[in-house]
Amino acid sequence: MTSPAVDQLAPPTGDQAVRAKPTATPAPAWLWVAGGLVVVPALVPVLGLIWRVAGASSSAWETLVSVRTAELLGRSVLFALIVTAAATTVGVAAAWITTRTDIRYARVWSTLLALPLVVPSYVLALSFTSFAGPRGLFFDAFAVSLPSVSGFWGAVVVLTLATYPYVYLVVRSTIVRINPALEEAARGLGSGPWEAFRRITLPQLRPSIAASALLVALYTLSDFGAVSLMRLDVFTRVIYAQYQGRLDRTPAAVLSIVLMLIAVAILWGENRSRGRSVYFSAHTARPPSQLALTTRQRRSAYALLTATVGLGLALPVVVLVAWLGRGLVSGAVIDMRWGAVAGSLTGSLAAGLLAMAAAIPVAILTIRHRGPASRALRITVYAIFSLPHIAVALAVVFFASRFLGGLYQSFVLLALVYATLFLAQASGATEAALSQVNPNLEEAARGLGDQRFRVFRRITLPLIRRGLLAGGALVFLTTMKELPATLLLRPTGFDTLAVRVWSTANDLFYARAAAPALILLVASAVPMYYLVIRPRQRI
Amino acid sequence: MFRRVTLLFVAIAMLASACGSGDDGEPGSITVYSGRSEELVAPLIAQFEAASGISVAVRYGDSAELAATILEEGDNSPADVFFAQDPASLGAVALGGYFVKLDDSLLDRVPAGFSASDGRWIGVSGRARVVVYDTGKIDPAALPSTEDGFTDPQWDGRLAVAPTNGSFLAFVAAKILIDGEDATLAWLKAIAANSSLTYPKNSVIVAAVDDGQVDAGLVNHYYLFRRQDEVGETIAANHFMTGGGAGSLVMPAGAGILGSSKNATAADAFISFLLDGAAQSYFANETFEYPLAADVAANSALPPLSSLNPPQFDLSRLAETLDRATDLVAEAGLL
Repeated sequence: MTSPAVDQLAPPTGDQAVRAKPTATPAPAWLWVAGGLVVVPALVPVLGLIWRVAGASSSAWETLVSVRTAELLGRSVLFALIVTAAATTVGVAAAWITTRTDIRYARVWSTLLALPLVVPSYVLALSFTSFAGPRGLFFDAFAVSLPSVSGFWGAVVVLTLATYPYVYLVVRSTIVRINPALEEAARGLGSGPWEAFRRITLPQLRPSIAASALLVALYTLSDFGAVSLMRLDVFTRVIYAQYQGRLDRTPAAVLSIVLMLIAVAILWGENRSRGRSVYFSAHTARPPSQLALTTRQRRSAYALLTATVGLGLALPVVVLVAWLGRGLVSGAVIDMRWGAVAGSLTGSLAAGLLAMAAAIPVAILTIRHRGPASRALRITVYAIFSLPHIAVALAVVFFASRFLGGLYQSFVLLALVYATLFLAQASGATEAALSQVNPNLEEAARGLGDQRFRVFRRITLPLIRRGLLAGGALVFLTTMKELPATLLLRPTGFDTLAVRVWSTANDLFYARAAAPALILLVASAVPMYYLVIRPRQRI
Repeated sequence: MFRRVTLLFVAIAMLASACGSGDDGEPGSITVYSGRSEELVAPLIAQFEAASGISVAVRYGDSAELAATILEEGDNSPADVFFAQDPASLGAVALGGYFVKLDDSLLDRVPAGFSASDGRWIGVSGRARVVVYDTGKIDPAALPSTEDGFTDPQWDGRLAVAPTNGSFLAFVAAKILIDGEDATLAWLKAIAANSSLTYPKNSVIVAAVDDGQVDAGLVNHYYLFRRQDEVGETIAANHFMTGGGAGSLVMPAGAGILGSSKNATAADAFISFLLDGAAQSYFANETFEYPLAADVAANSALPPLSSLNPPQFDLSRLAETLDRATDLVAEAGLL
C-alpha cells in the first residue's frame, strides 16, 4: 500500500522532528511586559474565585462532594471528548474539501460553513426541539412527525454543529499556507488522495487541529444552554443551579474552580502532545492546485457539506423564519432596535481587535520562548476561557464596583472582559500559524542586523496574518452571541442582539426573538466573509 | 492592515459613544435593576417617565443574577431600585442588608402576605404555580389538586420540571416551610423516581407540552398566554391546584429600595406608580399576572385570586430556605 518513495516525502515525525528548542536568546523585555499586561485582566477573576473558595466553610464543600457530582463530572468529560472528536473530523474535512478540491461554489460553501458559529448554541438547540417531535414545525408543515431530538446523542449533534467551525476556521487558515508541492508529489508517486492527505498534509496541520480541538473541548465542557435544552444532565447544570438556588456564591465558585482544573488537566495533556509537533517553513509560491474529485467522492463531499450546513445553519434559519411568520400571522408586534445591532457590532469588533493585539505576545512567548513562565501565561489564558461566564462576570462586578470607579459598567471594561474571555481563541489560532513559520527566517533577519521588533513586523506578522485574522474572527463571532457577561457588565441602556434574543425567548416570545436572531446571523456573515474568506488569493 | 485597524477603532469609538446612555447621577433620575423582562415592563417604565418627569435607567437581567450582582457590589451599587420576578431574589438582597424599610403608605396598599414581613420589599403582581397539560391526552378532572398527586405511578415519565430554575427552587423552599424537610425530600425523591423529565426553564416546558413532547409540567401560569399570543389556539392548558399546599402558591414579583440609593424620593415614587391603578391594570391585561393593589380585578381568562387558596406562610423566609431547597433537590438526584 505504502510506497517507499512516499515515505521519503512524509514529514519527519518523532525523533526526527525539528523541535522548537528554547531559543538561545531570551525573550525581549517588551514581550514580557506585553504578556504581563495581557494576563492581568484574566488574573482578576481567577484570583477572585480562588480567594472566595479559600474562604469556603467545610459545609460548602460537603454539599458538593457526592457520588452524583462525580457522575456528572465523568459524563461531562466523556461528552466533551466525543464532541471534540466529531467536531474535529467535520471541521478538518470541511476545510480540506473547500480549499483543496474542485468542488463548485467553494467560496459560498466556505462562508456558509463558518456561519453556524454565530448561531447561539441555545438557539440551535431550541430549533432542533421545535422542529422535530410529535407536534413540531415539521409536523405542522407535512403532517408527519419526526422523532424528538434530545438526550446524550442529541446534545452531541447540537454541540458538534456549534463547535466544528472552530476547527474549520483555524485549520482553513493554515491549510492554505501549506506548500502543496509535497502532497502533489506524493500523488504523483502513486498514493491516493486520502493517503497523501493522511501522510503528508495531516501531520502539518497538527498544531492547528490541536489548538482548535482544545477550544472545542473547553467550549463543550462549559456550555449550559444547549445541553440543558437537550435535557442532558452535565456538570454545568449543577453550577448554574447554585447561582439560581443559593444566596451563598461560594459553592458555585468551588464548582467553577473544579471545571477550571479539568481544563488545566486537558491543557497539560495537549501541551505534552504539542511537544512532538513539527515545524515547517510555509512560504508557498503559488496557490495549491485543486484535486479533481471522482463522481463518487464529489457526492460524498457534497453530502457532508450539505448535511453540516443544512443542520447547523439552514435548520435554525428555517425555524426562525417559521417563528417570525407564525407570530406575524397571529398579530405579534415586531419592533426592531437598531441600537442592539450597533451594540453587538461595536462590542464584538472591539473585542476581536483587542484579542488580536493580545494574542501576539501570548503566541510568540508560547511558541518561541517555551518555559515555565510562558506556560503559566498560556494556562491562565485558557483557564479563563473554560470558566462559566457568570462566574467571571460576578468576580469582575466585585472588583470593578469597588476599585475601578467610572470604568464599572462602561463599554471599555465590557470590551476588555470580552477580549479576556475569548483570548484563547485568538491566541490558539495565532499559535497554530506561528508554529508553521520556520524560526530560521526570523533568525536570518536578525543576523542581518534587523531590530527584533522590526523582524516581527516585517517577517513574522505577515506570515501569521491569516491565523491572527482567523483568531480575531473567532472572537468577533463568539462575542456576537455572548450573553451572561454582557447582561451583568454592559453600560446601562447598552443593548445587543444576543440580549434581545434572550430577553424575548426567555418569556416565550419566539416570534420576537426570531428577528434579532436572524439579524445576528446576517450581521456576522458580512464581516466574516471580508475578513476570513475573501483574502484567499493574497498569500 | 494597521491603517484599516486604526480606522476600525475610530468607527467603534464613534458608534459606542452613540449607543451609550449618560444620565446617571442627575437629581431627577434613578437606576432600576430589573429582573422583569424588557418586553413586559419597558412600556410601563416609559409611562412612569412621562408622568413623573423622572428619568429611569434600567438594567435588565435575570432576577437571581441581578440579586447576586447587588450582593457583589455591596454599598457601591449604582442601583436605586431592584424590581425582581420572585420573592427569593428580593429576599436575598434583604438578607444581605441592602434594602431599606419601605414607607407604610406603600406597604398598606398591598395585602399582607405578599410583601416582606419586615417591610423591606413589596409585592407588586402575583404569579401562580400551575400544571400546564396536554388537553389532547389528559382529562382535567384526572389532574391532582396538590403537587403530591404527581408521585402516583400513573405519572411515570409524563411530568416535566425545571429543577435548575429559580421559580422551581423557590417552590421547593415554600414546600419546606409548609410541609417540613422530610416530606419535601420524600416528594422530590418520588418525583425523581417517577422519571420526571428535567427542562431548563418554564417557557421551554410550556412549548414542549404544546408541541406534544411531554404530557404535563409544573410552571408559572402566565407563559401559556404568551404562547397563545404567538400561535393562537394552544393544545396546552393551565390547571390550578387549589389544594392549599405549595402547589397552590401565588408568588409575588416585587420591588425594594436600596440603602445606597441617593434618590430615595424618586425611587419611592417609582414603586408607588407600580401600585397605581394604571400599572396594576397593565399587569392584569398585558402580562396576565394577578394585580395585588388598587382593587384591580384579574384578567377574565384567569380564575380569581380568592379562588386559588394559596398557602399561608411568611414569604420573607423563602430566601433563607433556598439553600436548603437546593440541597434537597440535589440529594433527590434532580440536579
